[in-house]
Amino acid sequence: MRTATGKVSTCRCAALSQPLFWVTAKPCKFVPLTSQTRFTALAAGEVDVLVRNSTWTFTRDTDLALDFPAINYYDGQGFMVPRALGVSSASELDGATVCIQTGTTTELNLADYFRANGLSYEPVPVATNAEGQQQYLAGACDVYTTDISGLAATRATFEAPGDHVILPEVVSKEPLGPAVRHGDNAWGDIVRWTTHALIAAEEYGLTKANVAELAAAPTDNPEVNRLLGTEGELGAMLGLDADWAVKVLSVSGNYGEIFEANIGESTAVGLARGLNAQWTEGGLQYGGPFR
Amino acid sequence: MADISDHPRETFRISMLLYDARYRSLTIQVVAAMLIMLFLAQLVDNTVTNLAVLGKDISFTFLWSTAGYDINQQTIPFTSQDTHARAALVGILNTLLVAVLGCILATVIGVFAGVLRLSKNWLVARVMTFYVECMRNTPLLIWILIVFAVMTEATPQPRDFREGGTAAMIFGDSVAVTNRGVFIPNPIWADGSGIVVAILILSIIGIFVLRYVARKRQEDTGQQLPVLRLSLAMLIVPVTLAFFALGRPITLDYPVLGGFNFEGGLQVRNSFIALWLALSLYTSAFIAEIVRSGILAVSKGQTEAAFALGIQPNRTMQLIILPQALRVIIPPLISQFLNLTKNSSLALAVGYMDARSTLGGITVNQTGRELEGILLLGIFYLITSLIISSAMNFYNSGVKLKER
Repeated sequence: MRTATGKVSTCRCAALSQPLFWVTAKPCKFVPLTSQTRFTALAAGEVDVLVRNSTWTFTRDTDLALDFPAINYYDGQGFMVPRALGVSSASELDGATVCIQTGTTTELNLADYFRANGLSYEPVPVATNAEGQQQYLAGACDVYTTDISGLAATRATFEAPGDHVILPEVVSKEPLGPAVRHGDNAWGDIVRWTTHALIAAEEYGLTKANVAELAAAPTDNPEVNRLLGTEGELGAMLGLDADWAVKVLSVSGNYGEIFEANIGESTAVGLARGLNAQWTEGGLQYGGPFR
Repeated sequence: MADISDHPRETFRISMLLYDARYRSLTIQVVAAMLIMLFLAQLVDNTVTNLAVLGKDISFTFLWSTAGYDINQQTIPFTSQDTHARAALVGILNTLLVAVLGCILATVIGVFAGVLRLSKNWLVARVMTFYVECMRNTPLLIWILIVFAVMTEATPQPRDFREGGTAAMIFGDSVAVTNRGVFIPNPIWADGSGIVVAILILSIIGIFVLRYVARKRQEDTGQQLPVLRLSLAMLIVPVTLAFFALGRPITLDYPVLGGFNFEGGLQVRNSFIALWLALSLYTSAFIAEIVRSGILAVSKGQTEAAFALGIQPNRTMQLIILPQALRVIIPPLISQFLNLTKNSSLALAVGYMDARSTLGGITVNQTGRELEGILLLGIFYLITSLIISSAMNFYNSGVKLKER
C-alpha cells in the first residue's frame, strides 16, 4: 500500500461515489469505523486517511494532531422532525427528545445551541446513523440532528420522505473533508491536490467524457495542461504518474459530476449546490492554482 | 545436606547461587523479578515514545476542562458547562446504579430459579432448566438488544397518549409506558420528610434489636415471640403516624403529558431498563446454578437428622440447610456480582450513559485523550471490583465454617 516515505506507489487515487468519499482504488483497503473510533484509528496508523464526514475544527487540527488538507463539502448542522409534529423552527423544540450520534461535533453544537437559546432537551445517544434512523422512525426521539447533508441522505432512504421536514435553522459550521495524520505531509499533499483537481476540473470544464481527449495533446489553456500532465512535472512532484489527474477524473468525473450523480437535485437526496457551488457562481468551492 | 553441621561452614562462593539448592530458588526469583520489571519498563517506555512520535503527551488536565455535552440520566446535577471530571462522575454513578440494582434483582431471580429448579414438580423444574440454559448459553449483548428493541418498538409513542390516541396510562393515570421509557410518580421531599425517613431507619434498627432480644429470650427461656407480626407493626405503624402527624410531607409528582413528551414524574429510560433487566436475567441464570449446587452440596443426612429431631421442614431449611449452603454459595456469587458490574459496560450498545459512555466514550472522543481516559476507566472498574470483592469476602467470613 503506502511506502514509508508517505508516497503512493501502487495506489491510484481516485475520488468517486459519495461526494465526500475518497477512494483509493485497489490495492487499498476500506476500514469501516464509527465516529467514536475514527480519530484513534487514524492517529494509530490503522488507516491513512479518513474520508467522508469529519468536520475540520481547531482542536482536531491541533490537539488531535490531524490535518484536514482540503474541504470538499461545506455543511452545517440541522434538525429533522416529522411533519406531523407541526414544528416549523428549531426555537419551538423546547422539551424535545433529540437523537444524536455520540463522539461527533454535532453533540457539542446541540448542547451549545439549546443552552444559548434557553431550551431544554433530552439527548438520546446513538452509535451510528443507522441506529439513529431506527430510533427516530420508531418515535423514540422527536428530532434527529446531524449535518444537513446527512439528514437529507437519511431522509432519502425513508419510505415516506415527504413526512419529514428539515428545519431552516443551521446551527453550526461543518466544513467536511478528508483527514490525515500530522507529519504525513507527502500523503496529505496528494489528498489535498486530488480534491483540488476535482474542483478545478469543474471550473475548467474537464469532465469524465472529455478528459481522455483533452489529455491526448496539449490544449490552449496552460493550467489544464499542467493539471493533465501534458505540460510540466506536477505529477512527479507529488510522487505520482504524470497523468494522475486524468486517472482521477476518468473514474467518475469532476466535482460537479460527482455531486450531481450522488446527492444533487436530480437524486433522491436532492441537495442544491448552495455553498458548494464554484466560486465563480457564488459558492465556496475554489480549486487551487495548478502551477 | 544432613551432615552439613559436621563440617566447618563453607565460605560463600558466587557459584553457590546457581548450584546450591539453598540459594538457587532465590536466584531464580530475583532474575524473574528483574525480567518482569524490564518488560514493564519497556512497555511504558514504548508507549511514551510512540505517543511522542505521534505528537502526543500524557496529561490529565483535560479532566478540568468544560465537557460541552449533555447527559440524559443524571443522579447528580450536570450541565454541558461542567467539567469532564464531573461528567465521568455522573457516568460512574450511573454504572454503580445499574450494577447495584442489577445485583439485587439478579440475586432475587437467581435464588427463585435455583430453588424452583430443584422442585419436585416436574413442569416447574423443567421450565426453570429451560430458562437457565437459554439465558446462560446466549451472549449478554443479544439480551440487552432484545429488551431494548421490545421497549422501543413494541411500546407506544408519547403522542399516542393524547386525546383519541391508542395508548393510555396505567395504575390510575400514574404510570406511562412509552418507547422513551417508563414514567413513574416521583416523590417530592418537603420539610419534615427527613423526620419520616429517620423514623423509618430507626424502626428498621429496632426490628434488628427485637430479633436479637427474641433469640436471646428463646435461648434462655424457650419461649418464642411473634417476631414477624411485631416486626411488621414496628415497620409500618410509627412511619405512618409520623407521616400524617407532620401533614403528609412526602407527596408524589405524577407524570403529565406535555408538548413533546411526558413532563414531571420520574423517567426510567429504556436504555436503563434494557441494561438492568438483561444484566439481571443473564446473571440470574448463573446465580440459579450456584444456589442449586449450594443446596445440593448439603448432605441429605442433615435433613434427615433434623426431621428425626422433630424440626419442621421450613425451620430445617432456615436453620440447617441454608446456613450450610451459603458457605458454598457465597464465593462463586462474588464473581457473578463482579461479572455483572463489569458487563454493565455493554451499556454503550443501547446508549446508557455509564462510565464507559461518558469517560471512556464521549470525553475520550472529544478530547483525544484515549490512553488517559481508558486508563482511568480501567482503574475505576478495578477499584469497584476490589471493593465488591472485599465486601463480599467480609460477609463470607461471617458465614463460613468456623474451625476451632
